Amino acid sequence: MTEPAQSTNNIRVLVAKLGLDGHDRGAKVVARILRDAGMEVIYTGLYKTPLQVVSAAIEEDVDVIGVSLLSGAHVPLFKELGKCLREQGAEHIFVVAGGVIPEEDYQALRDSGVDAIIPQEARAELIVTAITELVKARGRI
Amino acid sequence: MKRAGYRPSLELVPEVLAGSRAAIARMISRAEGGYAEAAEALAAIYKSAGKAHIIGITGVPGAGKSTLVAALIKSLSLEGHKVGVVAVDPSSPFSGGAILGDRIRMNEVAQASQAFVRSMATRGHLGGLAPATLQAVDILDAAGYSPIIIESVGVGQDEVEIVKAAHTVVVLSPPGLGDDIQAIKAGILEIADIHVVSKADKPEAAATVAALKGMLKLGGSAARSTWSPPVLTVSALSGQHLDSLKATIRQHWSHLKSTGELAVRQRDFCRTRIFNMARHLFQEQFHEGAEDFERQLEAVVSRESDPLTAANVLLGWNEERHS
Repeated sequence: MTEPAQSTNNIRVLVAKLGLDGHDRGAKVVARILRDAGMEVIYTGLYKTPLQVVSAAIEEDVDVIGVSLLSGAHVPLFKELGKCLREQGAEHIFVVAGGVIPEEDYQALRDSGVDAIIPQEARAELIVTAITELVKARGRI
Repeated sequence: MKRAGYRPSLELVPEVLAGSRAAIARMISRAEGGYAEAAEALAAIYKSAGKAHIIGITGVPGAGKSTLVAALIKSLSLEGHKVGVVAVDPSSPFSGGAILGDRIRMNEVAQASQAFVRSMATRGHLGGLAPATLQAVDILDAAGYSPIIIESVGVGQDEVEIVKAAHTVVVLSPPGLGDDIQAIKAGILEIADIHVVSKADKPEAAATVAALKGMLKLGGSAARSTWSPPVLTVSALSGQHLDSLKATIRQHWSHLKSTGELAVRQRDFCRTRIFNMARHLFQEQFHEGAEDFERQLEAVVSRESDPLTAANVLLGWNEERHS
């Protein structure tokens, strides 16, 4: 495959809130952190279904979907999100999970196709590094 | 490890023309990234475009552009139109990053699978649009979307680039911002084909309508058309008067076609695009640090040469022009 020598595209991230979870202060803080790291962040707003998120991510051609979940419904929602990504042929898009996610659920999330899980206590740099490294390892598309 | 691989842009062209959402989205990214590899594909796409009615929506930040666009998408989609949208938001001048929030208002739109909405960051470009906005419009146009709505960044008084990109320019003025002297200033208000006072559910809307109508009565000095811009009120929230806005947009489109002004505008758009592209190529080739450029820069700094001669030398025009 011939990749262009110099690619000037910024990393694009869709920040989404899934399901019945109205708390988006954290998502907004993360959006701001990614903006300050030079990324283009598309914020979708609240109460999205996995299908809406995936279809927006495809139109926006993002590298990463970042989902913050505080509702406790992360296991079924990420499962559905992973299923939608596969069905829509969008498996090149990374999924990064954040919010309140107990460690015992990490494996279930990884099985659903979550590429990175950001623990609650993570500092800003960790979020930026996690995303940057995922995209760098995949290469341009 | 996820790795989809890089597909050559030319391979994507037939998929774009057939309307594949993923291919359209990827092609817009290639245009945004300015990949040299995509030039040929974008040229092919340009040749297939040129059918869509391009509607520009502009106004100050918070005027209600995204909300109006969302209402238009919904209503036009219901009528069976395949609506394309390019929504532009500013990039940070410090980090280069951006928060693109136009989708927040377009909740119901995501459901209307007929529509295609793309957010774009300005990436340092001034004037109200992003550098690849017009290429994104070409791509949607070639893929069969019409109308295509360009939502500019929230503008000040002078970002009027949209007038060189859209057939029909709608300028949104929210009520309650300043007196009637604002309405007679030069700039953004002069470019409107249709004035819309947004948030018509607010009581101050009538005063804004009066100020705009008063301004228009003084006569259109810079008018680029035989069309006289009407002043409408719309409440995107309640949907009030949305139908009359849609009807007026259609009337304007018919007016452009029947008077021949459409061809004049198209020609004007093309001229602007060539100039902008030439400027862009020049800047790209002779960026700071490029050898030729540095040599000329030194010569101009030391006053052995002058800016005009240096520019001529860089363009390779020196000999032909002076011999």
